[in-house]
Amino acid sequence: MTSSGAQQATFDASVWENLPTDTGHFGTFGGRFVPETLMPALEEMADAYSRVKEDPEFNAELERLLKHYVGRPTPTYFAERLSDKLGGARVYFKREDLAHTGAHKINNAMGQGLLAKAMGKDRIIAETGAGQHGVAVATVCAMLDLECLIYMGEEDIRRQELNVFRMKILGAEVIPVSSGSRTLKDAINEAIRDWVTNVLNTFYIFGSVAGPHPYPMIVRDFQAVIGREAREQMIELTGRLPDLLVACVGGGSNAMGLFYEFVRDTDVKMVGVEAGGTGINSGMHAATLTAGRPGVLHGARSYLLQDENGQVHEAHSISAGLDYPGVGPEHSYLMDTGRASYVARNDDDALRALGVLAREEGIIPALEPAHALAYVIDIAPSMSRDEIIVINLSGRGDKDMETVVDELGLRG
Amino acid sequence: MNRFSQIFERAAEEDRLIVSIFLTVGHPSVSESMELTLAAIESGAEIIELGVPFSDPLADGATIQASSYKALQQGVTMRDCLEVAAAVRGKSDAALLLMGYTNPFLAYGLENLVRDATEAGVDGLIVPDLPPDEAGEFERALQGSNLSMVYLVAPTTNESRLKTVASHADGFLYCVSLTGTTGGEQIGQGVGDFLARVRRETSIPLVVGFGISRPDHIASLRGKANGAIIGGRFVRLIEEASDDERLDAARSYVESMVEAASGK
Repeated sequence: MTSSGAQQATFDASVWENLPTDTGHFGTFGGRFVPETLMPALEEMADAYSRVKEDPEFNAELERLLKHYVGRPTPTYFAERLSDKLGGARVYFKREDLAHTGAHKINNAMGQGLLAKAMGKDRIIAETGAGQHGVAVATVCAMLDLECLIYMGEEDIRRQELNVFRMKILGAEVIPVSSGSRTLKDAINEAIRDWVTNVLNTFYIFGSVAGPHPYPMIVRDFQAVIGREAREQMIELTGRLPDLLVACVGGGSNAMGLFYEFVRDTDVKMVGVEAGGTGINSGMHAATLTAGRPGVLHGARSYLLQDENGQVHEAHSISAGLDYPGVGPEHSYLMDTGRASYVARNDDDALRALGVLAREEGIIPALEPAHALAYVIDIAPSMSRDEIIVINLSGRGDKDMETVVDELGLRG
Repeated sequence: MNRFSQIFERAAEEDRLIVSIFLTVGHPSVSESMELTLAAIESGAEIIELGVPFSDPLADGATIQASSYKALQQGVTMRDCLEVAAAVRGKSDAALLLMGYTNPFLAYGLENLVRDATEAGVDGLIVPDLPPDEAGEFERALQGSNLSMVYLVAPTTNESRLKTVASHADGFLYCVSLTGTTGGEQIGQGVGDFLARVRRETSIPLVVGFGISRPDHIASLRGKANGAIIGGRFVRLIEEASDDERLDAARSYVESMVEAASGK
């Protein structure tokens, strides 16, 4: 039925706002495709989350930490020089790179860390790709006094060394994963195996809006602060809502975080930018929504890069945080209902965009949001000065300097 | 009466557990999988799980992961698994299950799967990442066929979930002996209590898997379960034996487990 990629109904906000269903479905996407051993833990987590969600004390504590520890609200910044240079739409950045630890990942790590604490679980595991989620989890565990193990692919350990050092200094144990493509997909497999084994005392802080229910919902809710702030800030700065939201999509947490508060505002266009690697036609990419078809990986049904036999393809991207063959189920839903659209930009486009932002605005973005910026650089000139774009600048570029310096031949 | 009922009734009459063997199709090769399956059946195994290789086997430990990886390296597909089943069915009455993850089954197409599996003489499916909550599509496709959907229960499965899973159970219930992945060498410690808990909810045959590697593991399950599944240990034996010793090693290992299952 859906394995061939059937179109969902046209977008209907009154249907969407009640999603996911109690069983974690967004239309035909989502769900809980996990070993039975984990089903009770997922049910327990969903129950605990629905309790804390309504608990004023929990929410006050989360809000306090987001304000005084994470540094929220993060600014929304009008990039005037860049906008002038592009000569079209006005471009604003939601500065998640200025949040503590340097990326949006801390919003969710903080929320789930407090949830783990509320559930009395004192052993935390997590996967990480670029290391930003790992650093955020290690940070929260240090602050909340929780044991912390981070699974990370060997390939990612090599290319995101700075973040490995940060996790270790923060007291986390980083466990190298040598199976498969040795990147994010395999780190998730290994973290799930740990969870299956240690489920009774362990909380798995999942980093994206993917995975089995309730993760896509919980991560979305904790990241939705990005869009709530951006919406208010844009009204304050410009007196109206933006015309276009743009964010990069690997698993899709920063994009869902920005989009969520605007989904009902159907005049606001939303575009997710996937990693095109060395080009969609090269086969070496991570453009799941652009080039995949529905399937089941890591506990959910969603678009997936796979071969004709249902074996999962290895993804390829210069950006470790986008190097994932799956994507969150709600993005699949938003795409199939036509509410959001998804495009891809290649490694080279992202590198160029990173350089443009550094020189025009004095901001070095991470390679992940540089993909979103690359799309804006292409599209903004064709728009009018009256139109407004908001990009989620989901993280800063420090972690990528080794890669960028090598790619651009700037060493020595 | 389907093949599972016959097998379990006969075993109950003879006061023994049935022995079930898992192997990954294509490890070390498709033709050897066929020979190993027949050797296991000749040595007394009555249910065979033909492992369908998958790129991301998240319920499996290192041993079965590696076997799955090696099979995929050789390009093994669902079609190969069905061919092994058909070849074995031509020579044996043992129950044959395809055991694999959700996505390759979906990619094959469930209608095609039911048709081709039936033709190959397959008796059912075990899909470890497909709890009954998500299995509607599979159950609809299997309806009216002779294929059983075999579900798993685990020590973490609470009473309310036990009722749910038991209400979907077909063929037998696969009782996971421990909280963990496949490939361990020890059976779960609380397995006796766990099996008693499951037995209270259902009269369907209970077959225990995960961590079963030695004859005394099987012997300890007599009176508590109806059978035992040996997966990781058998795959390791296949991996470690040299080419010319593999079939003999498989035979004598299965014989020792079957003997223990008979209380000898």
